[in-house]
Amino acid sequence: MLKFIIKRLLWMIPSLFAVSFLAFVLIQLPPGDFVTTYIATLASSNEVVDQNTAAALRERFGLDQSMLVQYLKWIWGILSRGDFGISFEWQQPVSGLIWERMALTLVLALASLIATWAIALPIGVYSAVKKYSIGDYAFTAFTFFGLSIPSFLLALVLMYIAAVEFGADVGGLFSPEYETAPWSIAKTLDLLSRLWLPVAILAVSSTASLIRVMRANMLDELPKPYVTTARAKGLSEFRLLIKYPLRIALNPFISTIAWLLPNLISGSVVVAIVLNLPTAAPLLLQALMAQDMYLAGAFVLLICALTLIGSLISDILLALVDPRIRLE
Amino acid sequence: MTDILSITPRPSMAAGKTLLDVKNLVTEFPLRTGIFKAVNDISFSIEPGKTLCVVGESGSGKSVTARSILQIIDSPGRIASGSIILNRQDGTSVDLARLDPRSKAIRAVRGRDIAMIFQEPMSSLSPVHTVGDQITEVLRLHLNMSKAQARKEAAELLRQVEIPNPEQALDRYAFQYSGGMRQRAMIAMALACKPQLLIADEPTTALDVTTQAEILDLIKRLQQTTGMAVLFITHDMGVVAQIADDVLVMHHGVIKEYGPVDQIFHAPKDPYTKMLIGSVLKLEQKAEIRLARPPLDTTAEPILDIRNLSMHFGEMKALNDVSIALLPGETLGIVGESGSGKTTLGRSIMRLYDPASGEMHYRRADGRVVDLARLEGRELKAARRELRMVFQDPFGSLNPRMTVAQVIGEPLLVNGLSKGKELDERVCHLMDQVGLDPAGRERYPHAFSGGQRQRIGIARAITLNPRIIVADEATSALDVSVRFQVLDLLMRLQDELKLAYIFISHDIGVIRYMCDRVGVMYRGRLVEVGEADKVCNNPDHPYTQALISAIPRPDPRDRDRSKRFRYIEPSPHIDPSNVKNRSSVR
Repeated sequence: MLKFIIKRLLWMIPSLFAVSFLAFVLIQLPPGDFVTTYIATLASSNEVVDQNTAAALRERFGLDQSMLVQYLKWIWGILSRGDFGISFEWQQPVSGLIWERMALTLVLALASLIATWAIALPIGVYSAVKKYSIGDYAFTAFTFFGLSIPSFLLALVLMYIAAVEFGADVGGLFSPEYETAPWSIAKTLDLLSRLWLPVAILAVSSTASLIRVMRANMLDELPKPYVTTARAKGLSEFRLLIKYPLRIALNPFISTIAWLLPNLISGSVVVAIVLNLPTAAPLLLQALMAQDMYLAGAFVLLICALTLIGSLISDILLALVDPRIRLE
Repeated sequence: MTDILSITPRPSMAAGKTLLDVKNLVTEFPLRTGIFKAVNDISFSIEPGKTLCVVGESGSGKSVTARSILQIIDSPGRIASGSIILNRQDGTSVDLARLDPRSKAIRAVRGRDIAMIFQEPMSSLSPVHTVGDQITEVLRLHLNMSKAQARKEAAELLRQVEIPNPEQALDRYAFQYSGGMRQRAMIAMALACKPQLLIADEPTTALDVTTQAEILDLIKRLQQTTGMAVLFITHDMGVVAQIADDVLVMHHGVIKEYGPVDQIFHAPKDPYTKMLIGSVLKLEQKAEIRLARPPLDTTAEPILDIRNLSMHFGEMKALNDVSIALLPGETLGIVGESGSGKTTLGRSIMRLYDPASGEMHYRRADGRVVDLARLEGRELKAARRELRMVFQDPFGSLNPRMTVAQVIGEPLLVNGLSKGKELDERVCHLMDQVGLDPAGRERYPHAFSGGQRQRIGIARAITLNPRIIVADEATSALDVSVRFQVLDLLMRLQDELKLAYIFISHDIGVIRYMCDRVGVMYRGRLVEVGEADKVCNNPDHPYTQALISAIPRPDPRDRDRSKRFRYIEPSPHIDPSNVKNRSSVR
């Protein structure tokens, strides 16, 4: 087991290098660079930038060098100093920008994950155990509804209702007075009071799909002979459900950890933009559009690292909970 | 030696006092089209310490009967009427049929007064919980034991069912046990609370004959020491003859005959019972079709000559230096227990596997000899047309999305031999040949019964006028009454089409009925080859002798088990700590 983990960790090193290089190339692939975008932005506000200034800017940002040199410099900075470079657009160190956003992203993602699992798993089990009952049909209708409505639309509608009907200000994660304030108990409370809307919106579609998956998993397990065996022992329905089929039906969810982690960054872009949430996804999008390559590159690198770590964690967890994987 | 042994004998019940009384039981399944009565008005009773065998073919309602007693019928089944009276030791009685399936009262009976074991011990045990966990669970539930007490008791139970190193075995998982061990663990679990009645639903069907014999012995011995009654469900008349006190013959949900075992076997009254017994006795001798045939020309050049064939899966030698020849028009049986390599042999001949070494000389119709083990490309394709296969599972081996005509005609189509109207005519002819009505050729496989599906599989195999057919357990999944029809069909086709068969089976009866010569396989090696009569009745190799001795004889007057023994390979290394190694157990 330990050998397996070490092997996997060692494999992550070449994978990260390959992906970081690929990410770097991809970000530079579109014609032009950050300076071009910058000049275009200035031009739209009738400011003219002459060629010399542009060249000076390029030199300052190191954009006049070849791509390979830029990449090596960037990677060297990360490896030697943990320096991910400076964001052109924000004129701040990339790492600072990312960590600031990541904390809130994590809070939001975890909250919606917990909400999703807490709602979906019991409903999925109920739907499977009471197959074709009225309750099952009701939840099925809800899940199809939840799956088919795009979450940004749901966000718009809920924002409209909240703003027009209840006069509540629901954009963003903080009230205006706390937006730039340092962290305090009041700010945390403010965050919590505003968190429910994005969490609810993000949870709806994932809850819906999770209910379907859980129901299908349970329906696969329920007719298995070991369930009948447990029943023939005299266990109560509830106890045997929890101990046997539920335990096995949960296994596939552990595999989903592999893509839950990268989803922290790249997931729910549209909802975050619609709700004006200060999370990582809109920042990533903006960086890509502005060809702010150190910031975008750092994000892509982070996504890749999280994917690899996520799949390692899920593999280890699977082996821990399922003796068939651990011992065979 | 054990706890159970030290129990004082049960206080003898008042004369005529039965343990379980089932009266006019009806169990039904509401379907969209109406109500299906899986069990229709049956009555029987079980006395303490006795064994009642419920026997019947698939769909007879025997399993539903057993499950009705514990109220664990699969949804949407339910008991519609009738009573199931359980007379407890303390004199109280309870009607199980009146209890709610989820009530506390029925849960107190399950696992405590009446315990149950099932057919497939692997899937009947949880894959993610240790065996010890599952046994202690019952003890803690019904007897309120502490964890430590329950663990001690569970180890004791495993010792009783003769699992070596019970302390370590408790912490293992079901998939780390061998098939026989799993069923022993199931029995240990069922016996945990010393039930008065053990319901065994085909507990040995998934096991090899030698393991089956051991499990039957174990149940018998435990029954003698504890005085529990056994309700044993099986389709195997041989097993019934060996263990039953009383027999209940079921067919389509109703009782055909109910009486003492001797009466059922030696003076059956009902025609269905007679048919069941008759079909078992038929397997005790050669088929009539074969008796009418002229003797086989043993001097002919073999059509297939296998020399020193070996096949490895990783470390495991699935085939170890196997040499055997097949004569034209011969039926060569291959017997062996699971894991002996008989299926691997069949598949290697078909070149579904590429053998590691050895030769398979196949004599083409024009007299040319080719080595099947080396053939590639076009040559292999041509040879494969002449070697066909019939598979075990009549359900899994037919594509559910193809009509029967497509299934049977596919070999003709893919080999570009015929199409259109001509293809249709040939399909009709083939269906006629295997005794199916060609009018059904546009239907899908699910519309056919198991026996009919196996006929479809046979029609597909003979489509290209093959010369050798490898039949891998072709009749194992069929009920006895259908089994003969399929075997007789195969022999008729053999006469018509001059086929040679390689007939792979674990069932000595089928081999005896069907085959000219038999090869016996054991752990990848061919230990004995000889005339079917000789091998089945008077084998030379000790393994074959052990195998034959373990087969339950379908005669309740012949229950001598003293001749039965377990073959232990004279092996240089047997690891006693390995739970999977069965040879350390008797």
